[in-house]
Amino acid sequence: MLAEFIDLFDSHNTRVVLTGVTLLGVCSGVIGVFLLLRRRSLMADATSHATLPGIALAFLVQPAFGFAPRFLPGLLLGALIAGLLGMWTIQAIQKVGRIREDAAMGIVLSVFYGFGICLLGIIQTLEQGGASGLKGFIFGKTASMLASDAQLISVSALLVILMVFVFYKEWILLCFDDDFAGSQGWPVTFLDGLLMGAVVVVTVIGLQAVGLILMIALLVVPPAAARFWTDRMSRLLLLSGLFGGGGAFVGAMISASEADLPAGAVIVLSQGVFFVISMFFGRRRGLLGKVVRHQALGWTVRKQHVLRTFYEAFEDKGVTPNLERARLSFETLLKARSWTRFRLGIMLWHMKWSGWVYRHPDGTWGLTRDGWPRAARLVRNHRLWELFLIHYAEIAPAQVDRGADRIEHVLDPAVVDELERLLKETDRGVPMSPHPIPWGEGI
Amino acid sequence: MSAVSPLRIDDLTVAYHRKPVLWDIDFSANPGSLTGILGPNGAGKSTLIKACLGLIPKASGRVLFFGQPYETVRERVGYVPQRETVDWDFPVDALDVVCMGLYGRIGWLRRVRRDHKLKAMEALEQVGMADFAHRQIRQLSGGQQQRVFLARALVQDADLYFMDEPFAGVDAATEHAIIEMLRSLRSQGRNILVVHHDLQTVPAYFDQVMLINTRVVAAGPTAEVFNNENLRKTYGGRLTLLDQATHALARRDQPGEPLEHI
Repeated sequence: MLAEFIDLFDSHNTRVVLTGVTLLGVCSGVIGVFLLLRRRSLMADATSHATLPGIALAFLVQPAFGFAPRFLPGLLLGALIAGLLGMWTIQAIQKVGRIREDAAMGIVLSVFYGFGICLLGIIQTLEQGGASGLKGFIFGKTASMLASDAQLISVSALLVILMVFVFYKEWILLCFDDDFAGSQGWPVTFLDGLLMGAVVVVTVIGLQAVGLILMIALLVVPPAAARFWTDRMSRLLLLSGLFGGGGAFVGAMISASEADLPAGAVIVLSQGVFFVISMFFGRRRGLLGKVVRHQALGWTVRKQHVLRTFYEAFEDKGVTPNLERARLSFETLLKARSWTRFRLGIMLWHMKWSGWVYRHPDGTWGLTRDGWPRAARLVRNHRLWELFLIHYAEIAPAQVDRGADRIEHVLDPAVVDELERLLKETDRGVPMSPHPIPWGEGI
Repeated sequence: MSAVSPLRIDDLTVAYHRKPVLWDIDFSANPGSLTGILGPNGAGKSTLIKACLGLIPKASGRVLFFGQPYETVRERVGYVPQRETVDWDFPVDALDVVCMGLYGRIGWLRRVRRDHKLKAMEALEQVGMADFAHRQIRQLSGGQQQRVFLARALVQDADLYFMDEPFAGVDAATEHAIIEMLRSLRSQGRNILVVHHDLQTVPAYFDQVMLINTRVVAAGPTAEVFNNENLRKTYGGRLTLLDQATHALARRDQPGEPLEHI
């Protein structure tokens, strides 16, 4: 397998094609970020389908101008014109016919594509096997790509990447808040047209490599995958370009070594793998991270509940009780809250390991010198929050406990300061509970 | 100089699909005033602002800022859109958003430099948000998001501000902070027009009000204009004669069409 790959690199043509496809992946990933943020991803799908009649018409017309029917720059020019025309038609239909964007895109996508397919049929009847070369534009055909084709792709891709550098700040403003951009005097229509124009160019140069049906994936999948990893625009562009380029490179390599696998499909699949991995393991929004954070919060909350239970059981027996005697049996703790025997057990042993509680030889549990101030601080925050709710949110004291339970665990020090200021509770003491503690008498 | 109104609207009409949303609006703001724009939902308050800023086309009429058309005095006018109009999931932090207020001054093709960021940081400090400069904007509360928007307007250093519902969905502390900020802006001789919903706070907040419901019901000093009679005219009986007339007009043009989806 590896030897095969190395062989592939020996051919100049393959190297150039690989470079071209990789650059295509990078630039569609980068421009796709803006498309995604402007919520226009489907627009790219509609325009890529709309390019087909342009290609077919160029094929029919080129001989009249003295070119070969399959002269590539001419075909791509036809695709570009048809793509722009499709995009413009979508906007025109919306304005004139008062039809929503999704419907307008559906109409343009299907009608243009249908027209293109009809033209391909006509070409087939005119000339024996003439349309077979054009079918490559539908599904993509890297294998037959020439070095000159790849060079065209590379140059265009680099130009689009350059555009992103040049209009970086303007396009961010356009995507984030176009009303504000307009009020500042930025030509919103022009910037929008420029962005969508760049998208059409990327679509057209990608036709040969991945085909018009799958082109949308190159523009959508890498940015969506990158979004799981970061909340910063610059990193998002970088990652999306990396995923796009990486997926395109891997896909093209696999397809080049297995002649039966169409490049477009393999490229899209490899990018899809990046997406799935990102969805699960993405640092910012990945599923795994979410589950871990949620579990960690639940764990912290439950440990704090145990500490509070100890404190509240002994608080009216003096502020610093005799730690030796302030112990609770497992059964008492179990009754204090709705936790299971198993969970409480794990929690106590974990807290013992952290040094907050200890286990007396008689089987009861108590707070350590380290655990007691912790518990006091927690209860204090809890009560401050309760007081805040009572005084400022007009909530009946009986209903307070539940609300405080949920919020106090995420109180940050700034909020605690604010509460202290509001309630003039600036001494470090723990205020009395504003409501009777339901199980306190039983101990 | 003080004789020139910071905002003068003459005969402004705006229509969506031939249905008038604003009808024959005349208004003149006093220099150095805090004006409340009031009216029921769908009365055209946001539309009025957008038409003034040239974001949507006018059917007729003229708007002058400091005696000049908007295009020539753009940098003297600031705008705070409604908070819900943007995607708060956007991959930028609070400081980035505030920097956007400087883009106009930075100009085409240039990067945001360190001194721009320092200026944006100052504005964040003014609204008490300096500690949150590097938070992604989704992680801010509604009130904090509104403060970021205000900071973005502050860095514009404009002489006239339009603010579309800056008090919507914010906590009491933020509302207090915002109104204090608006008052200090006014004391510097700047002009502020605020779309507002809470009628109770109107006399305390604004020295001028404009009651609109498609047309101007009343406009002038709060003490003179803000009374039950005018409020009833603005809010009471939603389907006024004018409403019926415009509905009928629009229906005749486009049979069976939903009238608005904007």
